[in-house]
Amino acid sequence: MLIRSLKSAGLVLALIVIFLLGVWAQASGAIDDFLWYLPDVQYLVVQHLWLTFLSGSLAILVAIPLGVWLSRPSMAKAAESMMQVLNVGTTIPTLAVLALSMSFLGIGTVPAVFGLFVATLLPIARNTYAGLKGVSPALKEAAAGIGMSPTQRLLKVELPNALYVIFAGIRTALTINIGTVPLAFLIGAGGLGELIFTGIDLYDPIMMLSGAIPTALLAILVDALVAGVAFIVVPRGVNPARA
Amino acid sequence: MIRLENLTKVFDTPKGAVVAADHINMEVPSGEICILLGPSGCGKTTTLKMINRIVKPSSGKVFINGDDTTGMDTQDLRRNIGYVIQQIGLFPNMTIEENIAVVPKLLGWDKARYKERARELMHMIALEPDAFLKRYPSELSGGQQQRIGVARALAADPPVMLMDEPFGAIDPINRAVIQDEFLKMQQDLKKTIMFVSHDIDEAIKMGDRVAVFREGKLVQYSSPDDLLAAPKNAFVESFLGEDRALKRLNLVKVAEVVSDEIGTVKPEDTLTTALARIDDFGYQNSILMINDKRQPVGLISRSLARTTKGYCRDHFQNVPATVSLDDDLRKVASLMFAQDITWLPCVDEEGRVCGQITQRAMTHHLGARFRTKQRETSAVAAEPKE
Repeated sequence: MLIRSLKSAGLVLALIVIFLLGVWAQASGAIDDFLWYLPDVQYLVVQHLWLTFLSGSLAILVAIPLGVWLSRPSMAKAAESMMQVLNVGTTIPTLAVLALSMSFLGIGTVPAVFGLFVATLLPIARNTYAGLKGVSPALKEAAAGIGMSPTQRLLKVELPNALYVIFAGIRTALTINIGTVPLAFLIGAGGLGELIFTGIDLYDPIMMLSGAIPTALLAILVDALVAGVAFIVVPRGVNPARA
Repeated sequence: MIRLENLTKVFDTPKGAVVAADHINMEVPSGEICILLGPSGCGKTTTLKMINRIVKPSSGKVFINGDDTTGMDTQDLRRNIGYVIQQIGLFPNMTIEENIAVVPKLLGWDKARYKERARELMHMIALEPDAFLKRYPSELSGGQQQRIGVARALAADPPVMLMDEPFGAIDPINRAVIQDEFLKMQQDLKKTIMFVSHDIDEAIKMGDRVAVFREGKLVQYSSPDDLLAAPKNAFVESFLGEDRALKRLNLVKVAEVVSDEIGTVKPEDTLTTALARIDDFGYQNSILMINDKRQPVGLISRSLARTTKGYCRDHFQNVPATVSLDDDLRKVASLMFAQDITWLPCVDEEGRVCGQITQRAMTHHLGARFRTKQRETSAVAAEPKE
């Protein structure tokens, strides 16, 4: 009872604070200042998402087959060391990766997409590998004993049962990706980083926030979107969200 | 029919080669259940899994219905062998219906046919199709899941089934129920079944034959009764346990031991007649009273008949228990121990008295096997050395 009334009191308080912030923003002209950047934001969001889309889909297309390949019994010995190589790969800061790819590929979209692709690859590959390795040996034995070919086992039993974990990897990877795209501005690929970094350089907080807030919102939105896809795609029997 | 010929498996381990199955030779006739029994690590599971090549044999051959399986395609071979494992292994991403239809789909059945088959199998395993077919394995209890596991193995009607401790993970009460259901199904299905177990009681209950394994070798292969009556060596004897004679009680039906000679009285007889009958038949304590339809209605005790005058109908006690012809001796012994009596009346399907079973007859029947064995061994020992 006490907790519930505290909760509703907190809610009312939060609404009042938001309202007051709105009033202050309007009174100080901040809203108008933000709106001044709207055309820029619209243009940059598209560019931002385009970078994420290119690097993200490339990473998914490469990482899932890579994870599948590493999880095959014939790869059992090499797989762990390969995963270690990938792990070391992620410890390299994304900024360094972008710098490196710029030195080889020049400036613009191509080196940015490549750098983002490298940063996004690992969480997906690792989750695909772990998800497939995590499928219970009893299921694999049952599938084999029933007379499924290795391909049928992979497609009908192993992948559907690993799908939830794979989607978790995609969610993490794409969220990181959206958050990393602003760095791509530094090698001339555009995106919301343009507002953020220019804002910082010009000591213009409104300009910086006009880039930062949409970036955060995009990350949340993409995460929710992938979660929604997972909810529909992962079979009900192995989907904790639908249990 | 399943025939194994010199089937051998050698595992290479860091500590050197381990022989998991050593030249196993055995044959399971069509329609019979063969239990592979033994302690863990004895090679029974390895032997079973070599039949569907989950474990690749090092050497030796497997024949199914007379055909050498060595050259067959592994997938084809497995699709024609039902396979049930202890961990059940239902696919959690598929509905019950999809799980059952897996093998028929692999074999290319059309949709109507495998849907129909799924319903048929659900009836066979006594689960309501409409309530269960669209559900997922995680929504079912362990016992229900393993019933589905058995149904999945039966889906394409394979002539041969391999079962690896199928009921090992189910609680004892449910296990007994599923075992009974399975035996009932097997009476109609007549599959040739290899069944791994480490439970001697399960082996005796389920098996037409039992193969005892030890350290990769087949030690003894015989009917449960032969196994219990004549274990081949000290290992089998100790594995069966010291109460192996009692375990045979499970295997013998009342019909084999019943004596149709039974003295009875009618309600209208006098107690004097009853006493005379008791003495004629040599009964110690009492005699059975039956009605016109030969149904047991009471007992006249000897002490009462000796000291009282009157008619039987006025002086009887209740019949403590009766047994029917297809009960096993274990139930009979249990009733005798519970009631402190040495004989029980037997009744047929209509409840008419058709004989009696005594403790003496039971011990005699069970002991007969041991006596012939002793006579054989003493005869061998007594043979003069030339």
